[in-house]
Amino acid sequence: MTKRVLNYDGSFEGFLTCVFNAYEQKLLVVEIIPAGENQNQLFSKTETIITEDLKAQRVLKALKTKMSIQGLRRIKFAFLSEKPGIEFRLYEMIRYIFSMPEKAELDYSHPVVLDVSKTAKQVGREKHRMEAFVRFRLTKDNIYFAIIEPDFNVLPIITPHFKSRYADQKWLIYDVKRKYGVYYDLSKTEYISIDLPKDIGVSGGNSEYFEAGEIYFQKLWKEYFDSTNIKSRVNMRLHVQHVPKRYWKYLSEKSPFA
Amino acid sequence: MDFDRIKEKLGILADAAKYDVSCSSSGSKRKNTSKGLGDSSGMGICHSYTQDGRCVSLLKILLTNHCIFDCAYCVTRRSNDIKRAAFKVQEVVDLTINFYRRNYIEGLFLSSGIFKSPDHTMERLIQVAKKLRKEEYFNGYIHLKSIPGASDELMREAGLYADRLSVNIEIPTKSGLKLLAPEKNHEDFIKPMKKVKNEIIQYKEESKLIKSTPKYAPAGQSTQMIVGATGESDRDIMYSSAFFYKNYNMKRVYYSGYVPISNDPRLPALNTQVPMLRENRLYQTDWLMRFYGFDIRELLNNDFQYLDMEIDPKLSWALRNRQLFPVDINKVDKQLLLRIPGVGLKSVNKIINARKFRKLNWEHLKKIGIAFNRAKYFVTCDSREKELRDLSSENLKSIILQNSQSKFRKDLSNQLSLF
Repeated sequence: MTKRVLNYDGSFEGFLTCVFNAYEQKLLVVEIIPAGENQNQLFSKTETIITEDLKAQRVLKALKTKMSIQGLRRIKFAFLSEKPGIEFRLYEMIRYIFSMPEKAELDYSHPVVLDVSKTAKQVGREKHRMEAFVRFRLTKDNIYFAIIEPDFNVLPIITPHFKSRYADQKWLIYDVKRKYGVYYDLSKTEYISIDLPKDIGVSGGNSEYFEAGEIYFQKLWKEYFDSTNIKSRVNMRLHVQHVPKRYWKYLSEKSPFA
Repeated sequence: MDFDRIKEKLGILADAAKYDVSCSSSGSKRKNTSKGLGDSSGMGICHSYTQDGRCVSLLKILLTNHCIFDCAYCVTRRSNDIKRAAFKVQEVVDLTINFYRRNYIEGLFLSSGIFKSPDHTMERLIQVAKKLRKEEYFNGYIHLKSIPGASDELMREAGLYADRLSVNIEIPTKSGLKLLAPEKNHEDFIKPMKKVKNEIIQYKEESKLIKSTPKYAPAGQSTQMIVGATGESDRDIMYSSAFFYKNYNMKRVYYSGYVPISNDPRLPALNTQVPMLRENRLYQTDWLMRFYGFDIRELLNNDFQYLDMEIDPKLSWALRNRQLFPVDINKVDKQLLLRIPGVGLKSVNKIINARKFRKLNWEHLKKIGIAFNRAKYFVTCDSREKELRDLSSENLKSIILQNSQSKFRKDLSNQLSLF
């Protein structure tokens, strides 16, 4: 049997389509890679998979009979990690789950199940961090604007949180690493892609773009942050553990300008 | 807004509020239903952390630091020579809303020095909360302090706007309170607590019958005790704590290591170290009591009044109860799994799920993520190699200590050299 490398468009539906085709055509899959990445397999045939929603839905439906909502959520989260090879790990996990009579998603003694659960946890942690560390700045046209650069592709999974919390204000969160953002216009959210001016900065209140009071609230926030510290209890190790340095540049309370 | 003046006040009134350690912003059920602002139905979020590693989730400030009382342990005590300030109600509302909209905070934690009278103070706190809810349609988290001595009617109203109410007991024993805050009466702390507890129960009962019953303090109430200001033992502190959990349905009791702020001879001197390690051990004990099924009397009692600072309280308990170990990780029920040192709640869950599929061995357990160095002496599993267990508890403790790296090692060596 020929080994297959499946090439897909990088979307979750695309990945599920790969799973569908692998089962339907009984393929011996050895790797699943998003478009634009090189495969590492010798003696194998590369096949390009076209995303089909119907097939993706059928895989989801089948998974739902074998897994809990939380289990499915773990698969989705792990997928968003964008780790090299994660698609194949997920494929292995799905095969294991389909092969077992029930609830194999909870078999933490199986290496792939444990690995996927750990990856999902990392992504969940990054999601939680972004919900915490997003710092909106109010622009002149009354949009609360924030830049992020998360380790994993968490924008799709943080959107519902911001949508229900900030239902009465327009906001835009932009992932500069992946060059797309989510914009909420008071009724719905949509994905957008824009060219950001270089001098917009990650914090600060450049008066060309931001509302006049913006910088003061950043200063007040920094004042609050500094005053709430208890000097005789300083524990920088713990501090950095909670707020890793790579996030500091986005946090106005950590920035030197204010 | 006069930003400079606000900034100055914010500095003073945040500084004065920082000794209140509660930062919880979870446990409420307030949803954003009508396109208002905010939602506090999910888990709490720490939006930042101070340099001392504490969570910053709420705008935690005093309405004013003017106070008619003179409690020795408190920075805002009447006799202390410090800058005083007071916020206007609208100023607190504006700050809260603007911080919240920028995703800096989960909500407001409002406390206050007591000016004029307890009722007068409580009324102002309620005004802020009411304005936020009724005028700004704010669904974020609001934590109000119950002012000791405030009337029942005001406590009733406070719970309609606040998610959580708390009154800090501060000194764990009556005798300690008499010494450090002679003007205050133990009963004054208990009264608002009792009122809030009864209201919560009553509103819950009503909401079973009538769906539209308003929420009353949906995140419950909490309290705080200062540790190390007077001479209480760990047993005294934790017995008080257990009492409040049981009798007042507390959601949380916080322990706050005393930060020296006064040269009053009744208190530890100004250069005394904050007892952070002790505080940590108390929290561990609190967790064992609330989530691990321990009765507080198993962990602290007449023969054992102080927690072991070198090791965690669960390990310490296990070393005193060697007859119960080792346990078979593939067989024993959840209750016993929870009692194994180095095995936490999440690992217990994973173990219970995983052992349905196959017998677990050391490798599985390590990968699941238990603290192997501690746990291995207390369990058997599907592996041939056994760990040495014919050791005295003393020996076992020193072996475990030798092979572990405590983040408190520095503090410990200081403390040990005293003896």
